[in-house]
Amino acid sequence: MATDSGAPTGSFRLSMLLYDSRYRSLTIQVFAFFVLMFGAAWLVYNTKTNLEALGKPFGFDFLFNTSGYDIAQRPIEYSSQSTHLRAAMVGLLNTLILAVMACVTATVLGVFAGVLRLSNNWIIARLMTIYIETFRNVPVLIWIIVTSAVMSESMPPPSAFRGADPSASMILWDSVAVTNRGVYIPAPLVEHSLGSLNIPGVQLSLDAIAFLVVVALSIWVNRRVLAHATKVQNATGVRPATWWKSLLILFLPAIVLLYAMGFHLEYPALRGFNFSGGIQMRNSLIAMWIGLSIYTAAFIAEIVRAGIMAISKGQTEAAFALGLQPGKTMRLVILPQALRVIVPPLISQYLNITKNTSLGLAVGYMDLRSTLGGITINQTGRELEGMLLMMLIYLIVSLVISTVMNFYNDRVKLRER
Amino acid sequence: MSDQATSFVRNDMLPPKEPPSSQVGVVKWARENLFGGWLSTVLTLLSIAAIVYIVWHLFPWFANGVWNADSLTQCREILNGATGACWAVIRVNWLQLVFGFYPPELYWRPILAFVLLFVAIAPVLFPSVPRKLLWFSGLYPFLAVWLLWGGTVWAPVLTLAGFVLGYLVLMAAGSLGTVIATGLTIAVPVLFWLFALGPLDDFLQGVIPLEIEPVASRDFGGFMISVVIGVAGIALSLPLGILFALGRQSTMPIIKWISVVFIEFIRGVPLITLLFTASLLLNYFLPPGTNFDLILRVIIMVTLFATAYMAEVIRGGLAALPKGQYEAADALGLDYWKAQRLIIMPQALKISIPGIVNTFIGLFKDTTLVVFIGILDPIGRASAIRATSDWQGIYWELFLFIGAVFWIFCFSMSRYSMHLERRLKTDHR
Repeated sequence: MATDSGAPTGSFRLSMLLYDSRYRSLTIQVFAFFVLMFGAAWLVYNTKTNLEALGKPFGFDFLFNTSGYDIAQRPIEYSSQSTHLRAAMVGLLNTLILAVMACVTATVLGVFAGVLRLSNNWIIARLMTIYIETFRNVPVLIWIIVTSAVMSESMPPPSAFRGADPSASMILWDSVAVTNRGVYIPAPLVEHSLGSLNIPGVQLSLDAIAFLVVVALSIWVNRRVLAHATKVQNATGVRPATWWKSLLILFLPAIVLLYAMGFHLEYPALRGFNFSGGIQMRNSLIAMWIGLSIYTAAFIAEIVRAGIMAISKGQTEAAFALGLQPGKTMRLVILPQALRVIVPPLISQYLNITKNTSLGLAVGYMDLRSTLGGITINQTGRELEGMLLMMLIYLIVSLVISTVMNFYNDRVKLRER
Repeated sequence: MSDQATSFVRNDMLPPKEPPSSQVGVVKWARENLFGGWLSTVLTLLSIAAIVYIVWHLFPWFANGVWNADSLTQCREILNGATGACWAVIRVNWLQLVFGFYPPELYWRPILAFVLLFVAIAPVLFPSVPRKLLWFSGLYPFLAVWLLWGGTVWAPVLTLAGFVLGYLVLMAAGSLGTVIATGLTIAVPVLFWLFALGPLDDFLQGVIPLEIEPVASRDFGGFMISVVIGVAGIALSLPLGILFALGRQSTMPIIKWISVVFIEFIRGVPLITLLFTASLLLNYFLPPGTNFDLILRVIIMVTLFATAYMAEVIRGGLAALPKGQYEAADALGLDYWKAQRLIIMPQALKISIPGIVNTFIGLFKDTTLVVFIGILDPIGRASAIRATSDWQGIYWELFLFIGAVFWIFCFSMSRYSMHLERRLKTDHR
């Protein structure tokens, strides 16, 4: 039996704080803590002195003053008479809208490009390699500016759609107009609206809420039906047919609701010199959306490729040996393992997209940085408060995204022994 | 029996038949690689259609390019209605795009610094280069700063002298014990830089005036500024990143939490907010009257930003090392720093090479964001060129040029990292 003869016994001496590894870490930490506190105090003191010298009080009351500037893209009610806080909220919503749109398209494009790069088809694999290497080696800012230039320089003006023999025409069965002033898409409208819910500051459309609730309920009921089918299968060995039940449950309630509310699409139409009706997606939004999507998709493609290649061939062969069909092999064996590799870097790409939305400044997209961190700061002269608040909001958004995605990651992660 | 007719027996081999024409050469290759199944066929046809479409539309634009003109109007006159690129904008403005407002008679200085950069990084990149060149790599930062910003030679020499002083102190105080020696090694040079550097600089400048013409930071621009910020950020973020990665793995709670908060804060906010902090807020945080160079502030912010990402990449490498490596280092009796230097880091860094180089590439691309705080990097220069009456309305040629230069830098970095991975591969799979 080995006995512990290492630690010297004896009274505590002051030099042990430096030379005894049991106490040294304590000394280092206390030292680091004091340096940190001293540095923080120095910064706060400097800031206080500087603010006093400039005669600026520190406070966030400027947020409740009238903003006095307009924002082109407003997802919620806003005018130049609204407060700076309201402007910041509009900016945050614009940031989030752009981030969600770009994440979805980048994922779709990236998965396609990543899978196609692994394809046996020589020409498409080469094309995808060229796409990936071109886009990820050039700064995203250039792609955003180039997309913006393509939209404003190469697209026809609305006047080109006029006359008996117009030089430009709408696409997708006359529903979408691509012009140099933006893209006009049909707007979903309802005839018998349920009204809207007015919480102070926010206006929620009851129609959208009703639709979402119905869809969520349908999905829940469908899962119950599938679970019941599995239970019957486990008990009797025969799986009852569920496909028609699923179709009915998933789509019928939503269609009935939409029909009852009188749902229809309002198509954009040329009136005078411009299009009216429908939803206008401004060039700034399109440029940011497409620029961020195609740039990030190149990274996601590499992530997807790496994820699929990380699964050894033996897994596929083992699945075939068990008698699984190729589709089931992909769904039950390859994909769950590939996702484990794919999801963590995918999370950081989503975070990158969210942070890169702050480049909206380059094309005049009114995101959080352009409203709170731009015009508001310029008008009120409160750089310190504005920047701190903006950083805090970005930090919270990033932390929320990474928490949600990590929760998802924990679910797809393989349980290891 | 003997007159029984013998059946035919072939006594020579038949020559092998040619394989069917669908199983050889181009046809076989095309069947396997282009038309193997309906999906593949559709993809091939779509790809060919896309390539033809793109070449059909872009080829005339490239082929008709005009190189000799003084303005866009002149370009259009020469083209006479045909579609074509106006490369003249690059030919006329490329010096501005590369150097910004750097005085033209001093262009040799950034060029020399750029060439010497390759001499300095050669021993780091390629093992076949003589090791003695590493001395030059150590001297290079001081030389480059002097060449780019100019001014008296004594400031960089004295800064370097501070490091030499620190080294001498470390040698001399080695017998006093690790902690005192480390403290002195840090304290003496810092005191030297804070109090002795200014007077000594003035004194030496008075005695031996060695000076080249100083260039102000606001004259820097174009690709030069991207390379300066990028290289400085790359060189500084790797060691700092290693420190923060170790800090995050540390068993000391306070050190660990400082590292975690730093890394998560920097990774949670966009780089552009940090750059605005550098340009707008730093004046609040520093004592009244302090004013330091905008480029230096930007380098600090870009470095901090890259450091956080670098720390995470290296932490991944550390986590991938088997625990046995740490235990083996302990069993050999190595102390913490020796174990890190000799056992842990060489392996962890090797694992994280792809991530490290990706962070470098990301940092270099992110240098374009400095355009938002008024530094005239290539994109800023391009906007300025487009704002002149001669070149108003020109887009693609400038962006194509800038994009191509960035592409060459970033692509060669990623190729080098693949080469490095292959070279350092020690497993025999």
